[in-house]
Amino acid sequence: MLLGAALLAGGAAAVFPMVWMVAASFMRTGEASTYPPHLLPRAPTLEHYRALFTRLDVGRYALNSLLVAALVTGLSLFVNAAAGYAFAKLRFRGRDRLFRLLGTALVVPTQVAMLPLFLLLKALHLVNTYAGVVVPAVASIFCIFLVRQYALSIPDDLLDAARVDGASEWRVFRSVVLPALRPALATMSIWTFLATWNDFLWPLIVLTDDRRSTLPVALAGLLGEHAQDAELMMAGSVLTVLPVLAVFLALQRYYLEGVTAGSVK
Amino acid sequence: MARRGAVPGTAIPRCAPDDACARDARRAGGRLRAVARAALVLLAACARPPAPPTLDFWALGTEGESVAPLVRDFERAHPGVRVRLQAVAFSAAHEKLLTAVVGDATPDVAQLGNTWIPEFAALRALEPLDPRLARSAVVHRADYFPGAWATNVVDGRTFGIPWYVDTRLVFYRSDLMARAGVARAPESWAEWTDAMRRLRRVQPAGGAPALLPLNEFEPPLIILSQSGAPLLRDHDTRGNFRDPRVRAAFAWYVGLFRDGLAPPVASTQVSNVAQEFGAGRYAMYVTGPWNVGEFRRWMPDTLPPARRPAGPRWATMAMPGPTGAASGTSLAGGSSLVLFRGPGHDDPARRALAWQFVEFLSTTAAQARFAQLSSDLPARADAWAPAGFGADPQLAPFLTQLRRLTPLPSVPEWESIATRVTHAVERAARGTMTVDAALAALDAEVDDILEKRRWLLARRAAAAAPTHLSAR
Amino acid sequence: MTARPAATGRAGWWFVAPALALLAVFFVLPVLAGLALSVTDFDLYAVADPGATRLVGLRNYARLFADPAFRTAVRNTLYFAAVGGPLTVAASLGAALLVNARLVRWKAFWRTVFFTPFVTTLVAVAIVWRYLYHPRYGLVNYALGAVGVPPVDWLGDPRWAMPAIILLAVWKNFGYNMLIFVAGLQAIPAELYEAAALDGAAPWQRFRHVTLPGLAPTTLFVVVVTMIGYFQLFAEPFAMTQGGPLESTTSVVLLLYAEGFRFWRMGNAAAIAFVLFALVVTLALLQRVVQRSARQRSAA
Repeated sequence: MLLGAALLAGGAAAVFPMVWMVAASFMRTGEASTYPPHLLPRAPTLEHYRALFTRLDVGRYALNSLLVAALVTGLSLFVNAAAGYAFAKLRFRGRDRLFRLLGTALVVPTQVAMLPLFLLLKALHLVNTYAGVVVPAVASIFCIFLVRQYALSIPDDLLDAARVDGASEWRVFRSVVLPALRPALATMSIWTFLATWNDFLWPLIVLTDDRRSTLPVALAGLLGEHAQDAELMMAGSVLTVLPVLAVFLALQRYYLEGVTAGSVK
Repeated sequence: MARRGAVPGTAIPRCAPDDACARDARRAGGRLRAVARAALVLLAACARPPAPPTLDFWALGTEGESVAPLVRDFERAHPGVRVRLQAVAFSAAHEKLLTAVVGDATPDVAQLGNTWIPEFAALRALEPLDPRLARSAVVHRADYFPGAWATNVVDGRTFGIPWYVDTRLVFYRSDLMARAGVARAPESWAEWTDAMRRLRRVQPAGGAPALLPLNEFEPPLIILSQSGAPLLRDHDTRGNFRDPRVRAAFAWYVGLFRDGLAPPVASTQVSNVAQEFGAGRYAMYVTGPWNVGEFRRWMPDTLPPARRPAGPRWATMAMPGPTGAASGTSLAGGSSLVLFRGPGHDDPARRALAWQFVEFLSTTAAQARFAQLSSDLPARADAWAPAGFGADPQLAPFLTQLRRLTPLPSVPEWESIATRVTHAVERAARGTMTVDAALAALDAEVDDILEKRRWLLARRAAAAAPTHLSAR
Repeated sequence: MTARPAATGRAGWWFVAPALALLAVFFVLPVLAGLALSVTDFDLYAVADPGATRLVGLRNYARLFADPAFRTAVRNTLYFAAVGGPLTVAASLGAALLVNARLVRWKAFWRTVFFTPFVTTLVAVAIVWRYLYHPRYGLVNYALGAVGVPPVDWLGDPRWAMPAIILLAVWKNFGYNMLIFVAGLQAIPAELYEAAALDGAAPWQRFRHVTLPGLAPTTLFVVVVTMIGYFQLFAEPFAMTQGGPLESTTSVVLLLYAEGFRFWRMGNAAAIAFVLFALVVTLALLQRVVQRSARQRSAA
């Protein structure tokens, strides 16, 4: 009984802010700033969503976000899977030392690289391009670890059987390893997609052209202009959070597995 | 309001690495690198917009929405030309523009807050406009408010054309003032303080007479510059905040918070200023013309009396000064139009077109039209009458104020110095530091910020001075 | 282990090459460059004229430590990590025990519910919480008022702004660690509980003598990882308070952003980045040491 009550209370606290966000986004202008607060809109309206799509061009920002997240996810899938597999299953000189090095690099906060990275992108003429957001995010030590962890469980016999049949290493990777890694790759893609979609600081800095802004950056920009329109801001927040929530709820099984797999040292 | 065009880069490039790499890994070395390079180039190419004749024009915040019809007029007047208008959120505009300069991604024409001009001039990112001005039939310095024009001049060269001006003054609840027994608008600090004290008696509980947001640097800077002392000294290389005149102004300003006449809040904590103002929780607010429209929406008292709803009344007045009306100066705010130079701006035809666009926005007619669209105040005095601003009682005080402006130091570091001023005010207002300690700390911080400037000036002086070594 | 064709030696390199090349160019190189940048006074003037850059040795660092704004930022960040980290972990552990309890049905459902905040976009939820914290119209104060607590100016009062941000962070992040704890709980052998039950241990004693020791390594790991993440606090104050009121929520990364991209004092910003780096490394080393000594103790 006590358990049930605690669960309900915890669950309510976890989802309440989002419930209110959705409710407020349908309220008329000014209704979210009334006392006592309304929990539900008196007269639901779609005006804020309409304003976002027509006047404030939210559709474009969503497409930008989608493009960037899809590109990073696709490229990183390939790059990190290859590296993770090699660290687990292929022997080459300096492998273990390299891997330890990567482990120490995990500790370096990304902000340390941020300023010079910007100057580097300037030198490569990649400031204000999608490539400037995508390319630096492709290789991820965390994902390499995740894949390696999983690839360790692939039996060597399976690989050697393919090699004996005369398959090149590349073929072995494509037709034996990748299918075997499918669950890890699923986890990794969702991870990467969500992380890229939610990323804020880097796109804020690199994409100087507003028309290329990603959704979270555009939303923070909106806040600068429309902080007083609580209901409009809530609608914007709903549109920003909705896609990630949908992806998460649809594919939660893989995603949650990945979290625990990544933590096992 | 961003325009809808073909969105560049929405086509996802098919840079599927495995097609190209589906070969024997032993020979793939050079190819892999090539693929990586190709992917980079492809990605960069996808993101590049099509070629001109287009102008890129960045406007900030609400101006970005208001200027759209004028942009369309310009396109109609120049068939085949496209102006790509981009509205940049004002809150992040400064770093966005700087980043664009460093990343060589600047537009052709941009609206620039006029206090940022020195900074962008120091970056050599702006084209000096004097040669174009000498030939221009449209833009003449004499047509502009002198205080506003001066903000665009750095070391004798003009880097921007004032587009609209603003200046801050006092918005106040005239009905509450009358009820508090204040007969005429205060003109000196003493009268102003007295008016606030009286106002407090007629306000609802939980209110405060004046709203002076702690996160904005303009209100304290207005008061400090009214002191008549320069805020920087030694060729603008050191802080001058411990000057007795500046100190007196600072102490008076901070006193408003300490005496409870202004609440120690940031504007982010006031969810809707106009609404709170209408409810009487604030009765005075030092702000600019951009709030006129907002206040009218919440307190519609400018309608003809027959259709006027009963409700709060409000008015504006020029800034009071330490010794009366004449000393009640304010700051030249507003924005200028600038032309960027540097990589990507080397096509003379496109630059000429950009200047034409600036001229187009600077005619009396365009200034008046833009004023009506945006409620911004025209930078040309001759556009006030056609804009219908001359006879408006809530706007007339702005005209008075615009003739009483003091310039601020024009150094690139000003933005960060101004931020430090708000910190000093906040510390003293909340009582975590005494006035003297806060000002000493402020001077120390400002000297530190300006250290590089001191070194550069010394280096320049050394280079200019003849040395016996160079005379061989 | 079977014998391998020698070719895998070279193939292995090709497989890791793309990832390593990208990491080298876009991560290692910038980190080293950042170190170099931190001993110069590279700034706005230098962007226009590279000749206006001076080598200043450790002056940026000396300046930082003398700068009250930086000291405040470090203090705020440590406060956020030292209070927020353990609170988040405690909430995670509580949630994990709830979700993992034997009598609970719909385990997967509850797990998902608790985890949902973690996947949301931080900027968006920070904006939502901004309104929830509103002193007059916010639901947080309304709820407090219902139980007789006077309203708090959450984001406007220097004493409460950081706790408000901590609360948001706990809400957003506890679900992630909860999953790790659940995995840890499931790894504790059931025999231990049975043995304890035979000894007549009450539930509380079982928790103290079986569950907690079993979770100790997991807990240490989770606390450290959470705190390292919390040292990088940025988006919450950026979207909610801009570092105010009275600089009470200015974090190290927020200061780094302002120095680097608002004012372009790149030398200073790089020095800030390395101080942050040092903080994180210290914490990671601390974890190693504690873990090692614990291992030795259990081995002894």
